[in-house]
Amino acid sequence: MSVKGKVWKYGDDVNTDVIFPGKYTYTIKERADMAKVACEDLDPEFTKNAKPGDIIVGGKNWGCGSSREQAVSCIKERGIAAIIAKSFARIYYRNCFNEGLPIIICPAAVEAISAGDEVEIDFEKGVIVAGGKEYPFPPYPEFVQGLIKDGGLIPHVKKELGLA
Amino acid sequence: MGKTFAEKVLGRAAGYEVTANQVVTVEPDFCMSHDNGAPIARTFKKIGVTNVKYPERICLILDHAVPAPTSDHAVNHKEVREFVAAQGIPNFYDVKSEGGVCHQKMCEEGYALPGLVMVGSDSHTCTYGAFGAFSTGIGRSEMAAVWATGKLWFKVPESMKVVVTGKFKPGVSAKDFILKFIGDVRADGADYMSVEFHGEGIENMSIAERMTLCNMGIEFGAKNAVCKPDKKLLDLIKERGNAKSDRWEALWADEDAVYAKEFHYDLGDITPGVAKPHKVDNYSPIEEVKGTKIHEAFLGSCTNGRIEDLRLAAGILKGKKVAVRTVVIPASWIVYRQAMKEGLIDIFLDAGCIICNPGCGPCMGNHEGILAPGEAAISTANRNFKGRMGDKESFIYLASPMTVAASAIKGEISDPREAL
Repeated sequence: MSVKGKVWKYGDDVNTDVIFPGKYTYTIKERADMAKVACEDLDPEFTKNAKPGDIIVGGKNWGCGSSREQAVSCIKERGIAAIIAKSFARIYYRNCFNEGLPIIICPAAVEAISAGDEVEIDFEKGVIVAGGKEYPFPPYPEFVQGLIKDGGLIPHVKKELGLA
Repeated sequence: MGKTFAEKVLGRAAGYEVTANQVVTVEPDFCMSHDNGAPIARTFKKIGVTNVKYPERICLILDHAVPAPTSDHAVNHKEVREFVAAQGIPNFYDVKSEGGVCHQKMCEEGYALPGLVMVGSDSHTCTYGAFGAFSTGIGRSEMAAVWATGKLWFKVPESMKVVVTGKFKPGVSAKDFILKFIGDVRADGADYMSVEFHGEGIENMSIAERMTLCNMGIEFGAKNAVCKPDKKLLDLIKERGNAKSDRWEALWADEDAVYAKEFHYDLGDITPGVAKPHKVDNYSPIEEVKGTKIHEAFLGSCTNGRIEDLRLAAGILKGKKVAVRTVVIPASWIVYRQAMKEGLIDIFLDAGCIICNPGCGPCMGNHEGILAPGEAAISTANRNFKGRMGDKESFIYLASPMTVAASAIKGEISDPREAL
């Protein structure tokens, strides 16, 4: 699988409150509505203009803060193809695989990519192509690959319990 | 080679020896959810199993917006109650005087115990490390999966050792230390690490102060944070006599365990400080921010809403008047009642503070003290992210109960040592 999209670029320590504000945690229930407020307190331009297939590039510790899974759901539902970052906060990292949102840890690519760039990600080959250069990223851990293959945690659990 | 705390607890739960970076699947002893029990219940239903695996291991505590401030919140609470009834979940704390902030309840009701594996669908679940548990926050899907299967995978984390000696000087408390520490190691300093607090400095601290430290673990990226289950803790567990599990065991790291990072601090060197907007690691000593105008003061939350915190703040507010609106929220109704018995509620009211019902209050922007654009608050909570208290054009300074109290009196950020 490979994806190609326009980049929205952000800095270090982007937290879940600015991706999905706490005041919405019990008032917005539908995934489609979550997508409408995605990154509202981070970047109103993103909230207005992000298109399916776009790619988010962040610095270190992307998704720090709350465990709220809507901070992943809103981005996934918005149709964002992947998040590339220098590192991810751990709960967010797990939530992404559980939600089936592809994420990549690749500091070199983050350094090289600018906002608005067109970037291609080849998941099979494990490379990001940006500005004519290739940036390899390591394969996902084995247990995570199983989750991705099944399409996220809930389908994975259903399969495990023989309910799929 | 010795074992770290995380290796010991996860190994005990797995039933075999484990080392850092190994992946294990274990059955958590308790799993806590709050108002988000409702969306988790909806996800649980999608899995297709009829019953939760271990109803007695599930704890549900309504606290994030209580009593319901809107119809949406009320519907959410209703769904939790219906799920609790349908599944026969015994450990439920409703919007009654049995309740309070979820992490406070988990600790005061005897769920948090040494050597247990505990998960919660809230990032501040790491608080229970003050009781010697391996406890960590997980997402909603993961909690639904734990309810259905009773188990969850973990990558055994590497560990960070924080050795603490000495005692705080007057006007300084655990919050000042942890804010300074986060400023030093930064927001990702312990990314996916188990953080162990060692040393006589920790043994000198009350359990409440240790809860403040462990609570803030997630703010520097920790998977979990933990203090040694020492005599002080074991005596408290015995004295309370309300342990909700007999599976607990006082476990601690070996002397020769291997750590990825190690830090040393003397509490005598710590001075009052704050985290400035909009990051928890944006630390400043009080001298640098003194005189900053504030519009609201908030004393409460899972970080600093305990009786010990209220006593420290009341000590400063006694006989004084606050210059700005000051919201006091005890962390549970047990704390509230104790504060009443000790005359603290009178001290707060005489000073002009208002008291709200136990719960999360304004901490994550739901109600009871939302800020207007351009306003600044000083708060004892754990996060100062942009928009956290409701409006993205507002500003939050995090500080200790004593600093918040001193600042409330002056209407500007103030040094608590000058108010003692």
